[in-house]
Parts: sequence; C-alpha cells; structure tokens
Amino acid sequence: MKSAVIVFPGSNCDRDMAVALERATGRRPAMVWHKDAALPPGLDLVALPGGFSFGDYLRCGAIAARSPIMRAVADFAARGGHVLGVCNGFQVLIEAGLLPGALMRNAGLKFVCRDVALNVVTADSPFTRGYEAGARIVIPVAHHDGCYVAPPETLARLRDEDRIAFAYAPGDNPNGSAEDIAGILSANRRTLGMMPHPERANDPLLGGTDGAALFEGLAGALMDA
Amino acid sequence: MSASAASPQEPMVTQALAADHGLKPDEYQRILDLLGRTPTFTELGIFSAMWNEHCSYKSSKKWLRTLPTEGPQVICGPGENAGVVDIGDGQAVVFKMESHNHPSYIEPYQGAATGVGGILRDVFTMGARPIAAMNALSFGAPDHPKTAHLVRGVVEGIGGYGNCFGVPNIGGEVRFHRSYNGNCLVNAFAAGLAQADRIFYSAASGVGMPVVYLGAKTGRDGVGGATMASAEFDDSIEEKRPTVQVGDPFTEKRLLEACLELMASGAVISIQDMGAAGLTCSAVEMGDKGDLGVRLDLEKVPCREEGMTAYEMMLSESQERMLMVLRPEKEAEARAIFEKWDLDFAVVGETIAEDRFLVMLNGEVKADLPLKALSGEAPEYDRPWVPTPPAAPLGEVPQMDPAEALTRLMGGPNGCSRRWVWEQYDHMVLADTVVRPGSDAGVVRVHGTRKGLAFAADVTPRYCVADPVEGGRQAVAEAFRNLCATGARPLAATDNLNFGNPEKPEIMGQLVGCIEGIGEACRALDMPIVSGNVSLYNETDGQAILPTPTIGAVGLLEDVARAIRMAPAAGDALVLIGETRGHLGRSAYLAELFGREEGPPPPVDLAAERRAGELVRALGAEGLARAAHDLSDGGLAVAAAEMALAAGVGATLDGPPEGMTPAAWFFGEDQARYLVSCAPEALEPLLARARAAGVPARRVGAAGGDAVALGGARVSLADLRAAHEGGFARIVSEA
Repeated sequence: MKSAVIVFPGSNCDRDMAVALERATGRRPAMVWHKDAALPPGLDLVALPGGFSFGDYLRCGAIAARSPIMRAVADFAARGGHVLGVCNGFQVLIEAGLLPGALMRNAGLKFVCRDVALNVVTADSPFTRGYEAGARIVIPVAHHDGCYVAPPETLARLRDEDRIAFAYAPGDNPNGSAEDIAGILSANRRTLGMMPHPERANDPLLGGTDGAALFEGLAGALMDA
Repeated sequence: MSASAASPQEPMVTQALAADHGLKPDEYQRILDLLGRTPTFTELGIFSAMWNEHCSYKSSKKWLRTLPTEGPQVICGPGENAGVVDIGDGQAVVFKMESHNHPSYIEPYQGAATGVGGILRDVFTMGARPIAAMNALSFGAPDHPKTAHLVRGVVEGIGGYGNCFGVPNIGGEVRFHRSYNGNCLVNAFAAGLAQADRIFYSAASGVGMPVVYLGAKTGRDGVGGATMASAEFDDSIEEKRPTVQVGDPFTEKRLLEACLELMASGAVISIQDMGAAGLTCSAVEMGDKGDLGVRLDLEKVPCREEGMTAYEMMLSESQERMLMVLRPEKEAEARAIFEKWDLDFAVVGETIAEDRFLVMLNGEVKADLPLKALSGEAPEYDRPWVPTPPAAPLGEVPQMDPAEALTRLMGGPNGCSRRWVWEQYDHMVLADTVVRPGSDAGVVRVHGTRKGLAFAADVTPRYCVADPVEGGRQAVAEAFRNLCATGARPLAATDNLNFGNPEKPEIMGQLVGCIEGIGEACRALDMPIVSGNVSLYNETDGQAILPTPTIGAVGLLEDVARAIRMAPAAGDALVLIGETRGHLGRSAYLAELFGREEGPPPPVDLAAERRAGELVRALGAEGLARAAHDLSDGGLAVAAAEMALAAGVGATLDGPPEGMTPAAWFFGEDQARYLVSCAPEALEPLLARARAAGVPARRVGAAGGDAVALGGARVSLADLRAAHEGGFARIVSEA
C-alpha cells in the first residue's frame, strides 16, 4: 500500500501519522508539501494529519482547505481514492467540502486532551473493517474545535447510510458533538474524518493500541485491492 | 560622535531619563565614565536593556558562580541559550527553565503564552527539536479576587501556545499561597533532542560575515519589557500592559522547522534567539562571545509598523525572531528555506573586527558603543544580606481523624488533582509520551529508540522561607526523588530562582541561602545545574513572594518500557522506603488544615537521599517493585492515596508505631522516602535488597479493596476521588 501524508504549515501530527502508517504497511509514506499542486503517482491513501494548519487563526482548516494540494486531494477522492483526516485533517476535509457538516468550538470552550471511549458504529468501511461493529475502544482526543454539527437532514442521512464510523460512548462526549459523532464517512465510504487520534493509540507503551486496527484494517483492505 | 538635536522621538538624555529606564545614579555615572560623553537616547535604551537585573544577573551572579555546573555528562553548561547533556548514542538533551512572571500577572494569556514561546526558542536555537514541556505555576490564595482569572488565563495561554506549536506538556506543578496574591509565578520548562555533535552556539566568528534577521517582523510590542520585569509592581501596573508581547505560535512552529532545515544545510555559523531586549541582547551576545564587533543597519529590519525609531527597534520584544551569522556562500540556499516557510529573511548587518556596536538607521549613527563593555562592564553587586533566623520550634500539633485529614488534603487547593490544568495541554502530541501528567515525573520516549527521558519540576516554598538552605536542598532532593520514582537516572537540572527585592538584606539572604542548599544537593546527587534563570523583584507594594527556587530536573531511562508506574495491583504489599521520624514542621498537614506555617522544615540527609533513590531505581530495574511514588507534601497517607487513585485499587496502612502520633506517622514529611508496592512473593527479596543497600524499609500495609484505610480510620475510594477531582473546578469557579 502506498500512502502520502500532507504537510501544511502548522501540521504537528504529520510525523505521528507517518509512523503509524509505516508500522501498519511496512512502507514509509511520502510527505507532500501543501504548496505542491500534484500528488505522487500510484497512491492508495492520502492522510491529512492533526495540528494547527496556518495556526487555525481563522476557522480551523479553512485556509489549509484552499492550499494548492487540496485540489489534487479532491480529485483523488473523486476518482475513488482513500482519504483519512484526523483532528485538524478532519477539519480540513470538512472545510474542503469532502465531508458534510461543521466542527465548532468545544461545548466546554476549552481545549481538551484525554482518552475517550468510542463506539465503533459501523465496520463496513476500509477504515473500520478491523473492528467489530458495536465494539468499545479507547482513543485519545486533543482539540479545541471538535463539536460536530450538521442540519437534521444531514444527520439523518449519515445515520441512514450507515456513515457514522465512530461515536463517543454515552456520557463521554468531550465536545458536545451532535449525536456523539466522533468520525464520519463519505458517501462512497472511502473518506473518513475523525477527531480522535488513532495514531496515538498504536503502541502498548503509550497506553493503548485500540487505534492500531484502523491502520491494519486499512493496510489489509488496500493491499487486497 | 555628535549627539543629534533632541526631538520628541529622541529626547535629550538626562539623569532623570536614565532613572526612568531603571538605571540607578551610580549606574548612569558608570555609563558616562565609560563613554566620556552623554549617551544618545538609543544608547541609553541599549544600556538599560543590557544592565537590568533580568539580563545582567547583577545581584545574583556572585552566588550563581558557586553552583556546580560540570560533570562528564555535561556538553554545555550555563551561559548559552540552554544547557546540553549527553544521553548516549550520539544524542543530547537540551533544556532550560525560564520565568515569565511579571508579564503573566499583567496579561495572563499572552504573558504565559510568550513564556512558553521564549523557552521553546531557547531550546531550538541550539539545534534541538523540542520534545517535552512543563510549567511550574504559583498563584495567590484561591479566594483572592484575581486568582481564578489568572489561573484560567495562564493555563489557557500555555495551552494555546504549546498545543499549536506541537510539544507535549507532560508535567509541572501548581501551587496556591497568599504570598503570590500580587505576583503570580509562571516558570516554563522545555527540553529538546539534538545530535550531540550538531549543537549550535551563539558565538559569532569571522569578520565581514552577514548578520541575518529571521522570523517574524518587528513591532512596538514589548518595548522595555525586560526593564519592566526588573522592577517591583505598584498601583500603576495596568499602565504596563503595552510592555507585554503577543505570541504567534504558528510563526514559532514555522521558525522551528525553518531553523532546523537551515542548520542541516550547514549555513549557520552562530545563532541566537531574540528574547528579552530583542535585537540588542542577541547582537551583543553574538559579538561578545565571538570577540567581534557588530554593525546593524536598522532600515533593513523587517518592521510591522511604519516610522519605528532606532530606540524602538533595538528594544522591541516582538516574538518569534532570531539573529544569525551566516556563511555568505550559503545565502541563496538559506533564503530559499525561509521563503518556503513564508518567513522574513533579511541581512541587517555584519560582523566587524573592532570592539564596537554600531547601530545605523538610514545612514545616521544611532548608537556607537564599545560592545564588550555592554556585557563585560555591566554592574555586579555584592548586595548585603542577612541569614534567615532559625524558625522557632514547633509547638503542640493538633490531631484530626486521619481519614478526614486525608480527604481534606486531597481535595484542598494544594492537594487536589491538576487534571483541570493538564487536560487543556496536549500532552501526547509527537506520540512518544510514556508517562502522562499526574505522576511523579513525565516520561517521553526518545523517538526511534528504547530510551526514555523523565522530567520533574519541584520546590517547596514554605520550607524555603523557614530555612532557605534546607529548602534549597529539599527542592533538588524532591526533583531527584521524582525522577528515581519513575526509574530514571537523574542527569542534570535547571534552576529558576524566584525571589523578592534583592536590595532588602533579608530577601538577599533567602537567595544566598537557597543557592547554597541547591549547590550542596546538586553536588551530592550528581545533578549539575546546566541552565537557569533568575527572577527578582517579585514584590507588590513591598510584599514579597515566598522564596521559590524551582528546580527542573532531567533523568534518563535506558529502557523506557521499564519505567516504574504509580499504580499497585490488588494484593500488593506496600513498603515504606526510608526513615520516618514524623516531622510535622512546615508540613502540608499544618499549613492546609490548620493554617499554621510553623517550625523548621524537615532536614534533608543527602546521603540518605542518594541511597534511597538508587535503591528504588534498582528495585524497578530488577522487577521487584511494581509501583513507586515519592513521599512529599502530605507524607505517607497522601502518597498511598495517590497510588490508590491511580490504580483504582484501595490501600490499607497500619497505624503508627509505638510512641508516634497518627498525625506524625501518616502526614509527617520526612525526606528521602518512597512508597513502593510489590507482589507478596517479592516482599522478602525486596526487603533484603533494601537491607543490603543500607536503606530502612518496612511493610506498612497492602493494596486492595475500595477504600483507603489509615489504621482504624477509612475513606472510600469513591469519596476520595470525588474530593480530589472536584477541588480544582471550585478554585476556578466552575463548580
């Protein structure tokens, strides 16, 4: 499986994402600068990492979504490529229109960094096939703007199309997201955006490995492809 | 040189104007003697920046020289931007702690944020990528009207900067005491990882080499900040807000990446960050260390605002800026790196052969000074001091039900969980955090290796005020213990010395005493001081803070997978390491529960500290101890309770031995002690190991159940957790 990690100025989980992808796939991802206009050829996956692209001084992810590379990422997604956005990467995907809804300031108005319990809502995607639907996993969050909101019809559609990938366990919603949504899939199920950081739960030394199945499942799916 | 005519921007320099710049009459006379003429306005600004307490250490230098700064592990001691220590395999850890006290009191968010920014820059200026941060914070009484506002602003500022920059904030301390009502303390620590043979220093070399300005543009923010930080506060404090800088962590992050790329390219001869007194301090530092002069052409400095004067540019403390001496043949390559990151890159001057600091603006001489004299001739004082008189012996100690005392300590302002604070800090970014905040020390893995680095920050100011020498020793000893309790071998330390007005002999006596104790402990425990910072004049309306010499300490784990945790397993034996005499003088028990700050602090036996620390590390390495925790505030009972909460498993402690009161046994603060847990079958070998090491050790209880029992008294784990976790929200008025 061949992957790339997009580096925006202000990305700070780019290395963490690359480490997780390399661990699962055995191949070092290409690190692609935001000013590039094209992706390397033959990619199976593009990952948008966490961080504070452009400082997030405007709406989180708003400027990064207009970087030159994002046109290529949108084309890649439209051609059926797989795209993973974590934390700031999720915010960028939403700002780029690749996923619906919006991510607002946390309900508690504070940055929150802690482990949260998640329910895997669907196992029917290349990202979640390594889990069982309904499984309870623990993955850390670290964000200031992770409160997912969307119009009722969008929420209904996400539900009806089984596109909610992860939901915060009842009572453990760290940011006030609608319907406890922690991560959602695109209509073709090949783009996932999520606020929790699976790349930080990928090594027993770091206090958890519940994120590993995401990368391993993905590697398996794209290897088979 | 002919002084140009006075103008509103550049007034005539007089003794009164010098006094407004914080220069004492004899200091101003020294300038007149040195120059043989009246300085220009810009020159006066430069002198005030270089000769204030913050930059010159003029009151503390004599005493700082007595600290141990060398050791086989030390690559670079004090005097550079940060200390550098060998961690084997060609790698080095680069670290320092620095205060941003005054700005944080005036504008808590930006003051604290730029404190973090400054210390990160100190670390990456030396070629290291920051891998960990900590903060030691001291606030006034919880019910003081400013406290909640300051706590919220400072914590949000630290998080806002560090989270965006992308460095895990893995520990530190937060305390409350009324002596900080008018002067909060924000001590920011950062550590970075570098190649031991690729460290970058500030000394310029070569004549005619381009001096390059890097990073953000220069604005009027922070003009005179270092001078402000060297004065006491009074009622005019609100007028000082414009001297606080504004931080831009996004620019800092780009500056980090651009500097590391630049350093890898071989273009850098020397580099210095622009911190206090910005362009002035950095240019003088580079020239002074390299025995060269520097010429600056200020019209080339990238400015944020139009019409800035030479005085403003030289004193601006705009953040996220660096000064570098460049290899001229690499200029195009260096410029391309900065353009890639959309940062300013401007050649603003050159090194010159003479001992001269020449500052020009549009061809006009604004300052022409002997460069070496600016730092070398800075005043140095041997200020009068009096030793702190011995504390009166402790009187009658009241008793309280131990379970109630424990619950109140664990829920009180100084004992409650700091989760509210550290959940606002990204403590996991970089995906190497092995031990998270809330433990003895934070531990990060050295990326790509099996090694780990442990970090702790400690001081007990209520000990220091009663006996500065003992308090200084104890601060180092506690940091040492916290590292040992995670299994790390202590390597070295940084000190952040926060005191009141050194012109008062009793305050100067606190500084002298604490430095004596720190030096002694650092020698005995092999932890040289490799960097540090002094913050004086922490007084408001004549009221000084408690002496607060914060020690930041760094330790190495050869195998980070063997880091010792704090959580025992049910059924484990609890073993108390070290000798218990039941010392209650200056204890948290007396201070927090009865409002009494009395008696002498516990004596520190440094040889016993060393033996106990080495034993605990060995118990961890040999797999005999499952969990360990150091004993400090609140003694045995608080240590047991913290371990119980960490594990979610209760603990039962035996009652006091013959002749000791419950208060002394459970809450005494004798030093050189740890509580460790071990599997029942490991108990005998563990005790034998302690005997062989000559360290007292005894089984004092067991882990298990759902309560903490202290002799006959007990409190459920649930009640204890509720008190412990709920305490902080009450302080910040969120409960």
